[in-house]
Amino acid sequence: MGSLQLKSIRKAFGTHEVLKGIDLDVKDGEFVIFVGPSGCGKSTLLRVIAGLEDASSGSVRIDDQEVINTPPAKRGIAMVFQSYALYPHLTVKDNMGLGLKQMGAPKAEIDAKVGKASAMLSLEPYLARRPAELSGGQRQRVAIGRAIVREPKLFLFDEPLSNLDAALRVHTRLEIARLHRSLKATMIYVTHDQVEAMTLADKIVVLNSGVIEQVGSPMELYNRPANTFVAGFIGSPQMNLIEAERLGDGEAKTIGIRPEHISLSRESGDWKGKVIHVEHLGADTLVYLETEMTGLLTVRLFGEHRYDVDEIVYATPDRASLHRFGADGRALR
Amino acid sequence: MSKARMSPLRTSFVHLALAGYTVIALFPVLLTILNSFKDKNSIFRTPLAPPTAKSFSLIGYETVLKQGDFIGYFQNSLIVTVVSIFFVLLFGAMAAFALAEYRFRGNTLMGLYLAIGIMIPIRLGTVAILQGMVAAGLVNTLTALILVYTAQGLPLAIFILSEFMRTVSDDLKNAGRIDGLSEYAIFFRLVLPLVRPAMATVAVFTMIPIWNDLWFPLILAPGEATKTVTLGSQIFIGQFVTNWNAVLSALSLAIFPVLILYVIFSRQLIRGITAGAVK
Repeated sequence: MGSLQLKSIRKAFGTHEVLKGIDLDVKDGEFVIFVGPSGCGKSTLLRVIAGLEDASSGSVRIDDQEVINTPPAKRGIAMVFQSYALYPHLTVKDNMGLGLKQMGAPKAEIDAKVGKASAMLSLEPYLARRPAELSGGQRQRVAIGRAIVREPKLFLFDEPLSNLDAALRVHTRLEIARLHRSLKATMIYVTHDQVEAMTLADKIVVLNSGVIEQVGSPMELYNRPANTFVAGFIGSPQMNLIEAERLGDGEAKTIGIRPEHISLSRESGDWKGKVIHVEHLGADTLVYLETEMTGLLTVRLFGEHRYDVDEIVYATPDRASLHRFGADGRALR
Repeated sequence: MSKARMSPLRTSFVHLALAGYTVIALFPVLLTILNSFKDKNSIFRTPLAPPTAKSFSLIGYETVLKQGDFIGYFQNSLIVTVVSIFFVLLFGAMAAFALAEYRFRGNTLMGLYLAIGIMIPIRLGTVAILQGMVAAGLVNTLTALILVYTAQGLPLAIFILSEFMRTVSDDLKNAGRIDGLSEYAIFFRLVLPLVRPAMATVAVFTMIPIWNDLWFPLILAPGEATKTVTLGSQIFIGQFVTNWNAVLSALSLAIFPVLILYVIFSRQLIRGITAGAVK
């Protein structure tokens, strides 16, 4: 229970096409993350799955049931919103129980399910409070609790961590990962933060201007990006993308090399360059070089290193980790 | 407001202006109430003086309560005002919700059409309204007044409320949809409580002109059974003789119901339950 199939989903607002034919298969129990830059259509796609937006054409199947004409409440989904979207006039308990109450569940069952969900999220002390009396992190936990109580086939998350501060974001991220393990439920999660995508997902769907660029596990996307967009989007700091001509590669158009796959030496190496800027992050040191061969180059060194601005250094890429892309942006393999 | 930016001189100017405005606004009201407690001679000789032991008189109130069915007039005014406000708020909020929430063909045009009513005074249509009421057999009923006042109040209500409804978070409404609330439940249980301050504003704006109106009661419902307070007071104003004691007393009495309604609504204006709904 909890699979999802999308077939050639299209969505247009007026003449502007936001989704240009999306096909996707999500298996039961998978944690799938839609990631992409702002305006790529990832939130719209989630809303189409939820039934909050009608697709212009295409089919949405949940558990092999066509749901394109089913209202959101009957699709067996639950959604967690970026802005929490708690009902301001209801207590935490009533917020969590409203969905079941609308379905006509008996009171004892609602109480039992709310009790179980609040225990999972350690929300018991707050059950009688209203959303206004909770902190941001607690509100988002209530919103997640409200989703759990419904025992949906599909959990939908719409950038749930974007309104939280950095420390809370990491904490809640762990909590969501733990929930996924214990509930074994199918989850679909939208974010623009690739760290969230890499850490949580079984499967990442990279979207760009309404089309899927690549679908794969986090490590597949990292190690074998299908095109220059995915190569540039996944990984932080960004992959260095160098014009192949400058390196004398006639076949490829672009050569990509991740900052962590370049070594640096003061004596000798492939690419001679000058240090422009150095960032010390403790565990890593990021060195920005201007080289004659490649232009601007980012190098990520592990541990602490001392380099001075304007110093001359030599960079050497790890040959096995080079990515080559053709004229159409696709990877050459 | 930071203290550093508000010099004492500036603050005192602001307070002076506000105090001046308060005096100007309250002066006629105060004068009406003061003079309603005086005998006729003192009203004309010393209109600005408060009632003394010698000039104190309740003759005005006695006249008002004896002559005509004043309790009945009050009842009529209250019924017309409260029912009209109710319908203006109900239909206004529903129309505003539709305009703010749903994308449909002609949405903008419909909004404009409804807003035009703010600019065109309803009194221009008096003759047609009277003909309509006669044809419908509604002359000399409170229903006629309620219908006209509801129509009169709707444009402004829709205009103000639709702006406010656009500010209600989409996520909240969507959460309701996923939890299985119907569109009506979303409207009544989620959106209306959040726009309560705006509803109170609209209620106050709607209430005052209805309570004070003389025009439509005079034309549509001049019968004894349907007279409103403003119309009822007119019997004391003659072409040659005006019973000022009675007029002032009637006006003083007429202030209180509307004052009470105002206090009820203005409490809503201040109370905000929206905090914490969404970030």
